[in-house]
Amino acid sequence: MTLLDVAGLSVRRADGRDLVRDLSFTLAPGERLGLIGESGSGKSLTALAVMGLLPAGMTAHGSVTLAGTQVVGARDKELDRVRGRRVGVVFQEPLTALDPLMRVGRQIAGPIRRRRGLRGAPLRAAVAAALGEVRLPESLARAYPHEISGGQRQRVAIAMALACEPEVLIADEPTTALDVTVQAEILTLLDRLVAGRDMALLFISHDLAVVADVADRVIVLKDGSGVESGRTRDIVREPRHPYTRALVDSARALEGALDRLAP
Amino acid sequence: MKGPTEVLAAREVGFAYRGGRPVLEDVSVSVTTGRNLALVGESGAGKTTLLRLLLGLARPTAGQVLFDGAPIAPRDRAFRRAVQPVFQDPYSSLDPRQRVERIVSEPLRSLGLLSGSRAARREEAADRVAEALRSVELPADAARRYPHEFSGGQRQRIAIARAIVCRPRVLLADEPVSALDVSTRARVVELLAGLAESHGLTVVVVSHDLSLVAALCAETAVIEQGRVVEQGATADVLGSPAHPYTRKLIASVPRLSRAARLR
Repeated sequence: MTLLDVAGLSVRRADGRDLVRDLSFTLAPGERLGLIGESGSGKSLTALAVMGLLPAGMTAHGSVTLAGTQVVGARDKELDRVRGRRVGVVFQEPLTALDPLMRVGRQIAGPIRRRRGLRGAPLRAAVAAALGEVRLPESLARAYPHEISGGQRQRVAIAMALACEPEVLIADEPTTALDVTVQAEILTLLDRLVAGRDMALLFISHDLAVVADVADRVIVLKDGSGVESGRTRDIVREPRHPYTRALVDSARALEGALDRLAP
Repeated sequence: MKGPTEVLAAREVGFAYRGGRPVLEDVSVSVTTGRNLALVGESGAGKTTLLRLLLGLARPTAGQVLFDGAPIAPRDRAFRRAVQPVFQDPYSSLDPRQRVERIVSEPLRSLGLLSGSRAARREEAADRVAEALRSVELPADAARRYPHEFSGGQRQRIAIARAIVCRPRVLLADEPVSALDVSTRARVVELLAGLAESHGLTVVVVSHDLSLVAALCAETAVIEQGRVVEQGATADVLGSPAHPYTRKLIASVPRLSRAARLR
């Protein structure tokens, strides 16, 4: 069974330029796929196209089948049956992903109420459980986003994404805005949650070392095209495309000095 | 040959906003000629505040900042010429309406380093800008262009050119590569290391990126919650960390050499 089937996806700007070109990949339950590329490679646009959330002026071409629904060309009403329910998403910057005027608990309650039809005490209990799953205390439900740390905000965003028990989780640079120790905690949390629910994960990052920690397979994107794909282990150990080789080399060069001092 | 001399130092400095908790407490660090220094810690640790004190942009509420052994006078031109900043985000630190030549030559004008007739001053400025752009490996025609015509890595090179045009002794860089892609990051780190060698510059970087620290800095001070918890030679601090927080930082760095999916 394939949860996500992307075939010949292109993302076109109004002026006719393709920002993503002819990209194809599939994702099955429990699989973890990394999309790696540098800024401007089209990795975030790919995530948005998969969700049917492209910004105005951009159009998707080709085919994206998400949990059996064709996303390309679909109306919002059809997509609402999929988005948030079958697929959840976590973005890079939790401060902009959360509503600044709403307490954290209410934001997590929203999707749970819609999906499971809970009200009152059972809803509050479900919110507390959702917070517990991302290792946050129940008392945090009363806080506004600005009152908590960046790592806590990203945990809240993850709790919201998982509230509807989606089969696919898309994480677009979920740790890029965070400190390195917080990044490590969030990656561990994601790993545990994805494994525990046997979710499929589409993990987007510019950081090869992070992707190599999370994803079993990887697609390397450059200027909107996939230049190489395969098992993460093979790609990192024996990159074939010159661009992939350059990515691996610069990652190794950067960490080389640290490896020598603190192996 | 002269022995190592202390250019810049913080002596038991503290800093607090009026009515607020202390941002820094009893911090002492010393910048010695030729020994690049890293100030390492997470957001909110106080490392940027320390950098601002070293730059004379803020006054400590306790202790002293010394330049060449004497308390700093932030408006003293000799100090401003000797100690130059490079900021984190090359997208916001360069004036978009000015050509690169104007941006890079600004310190020459504001520090009154140009002399002679108007034509002579203009010629000297052009020469110095060309030299600075060469040092950061940008093409000479960059001078006539605007910041938006450059990539993030190139913009950071422009910011570095602006900082070195007045031939400073110390470069204070706040997260100089964290806004850049990994491959660009490696090249900017190389550039900074090269400049330190060739221009007799001592670089002080604020960073949470230990790969950068290991590659660039001989000395490291680890700051946690406004206090220095560990400092010394980078090889010792990273090689045999004594403080639990330092150990946690090192363990959190994503590295290909430790990636789970590569084992």
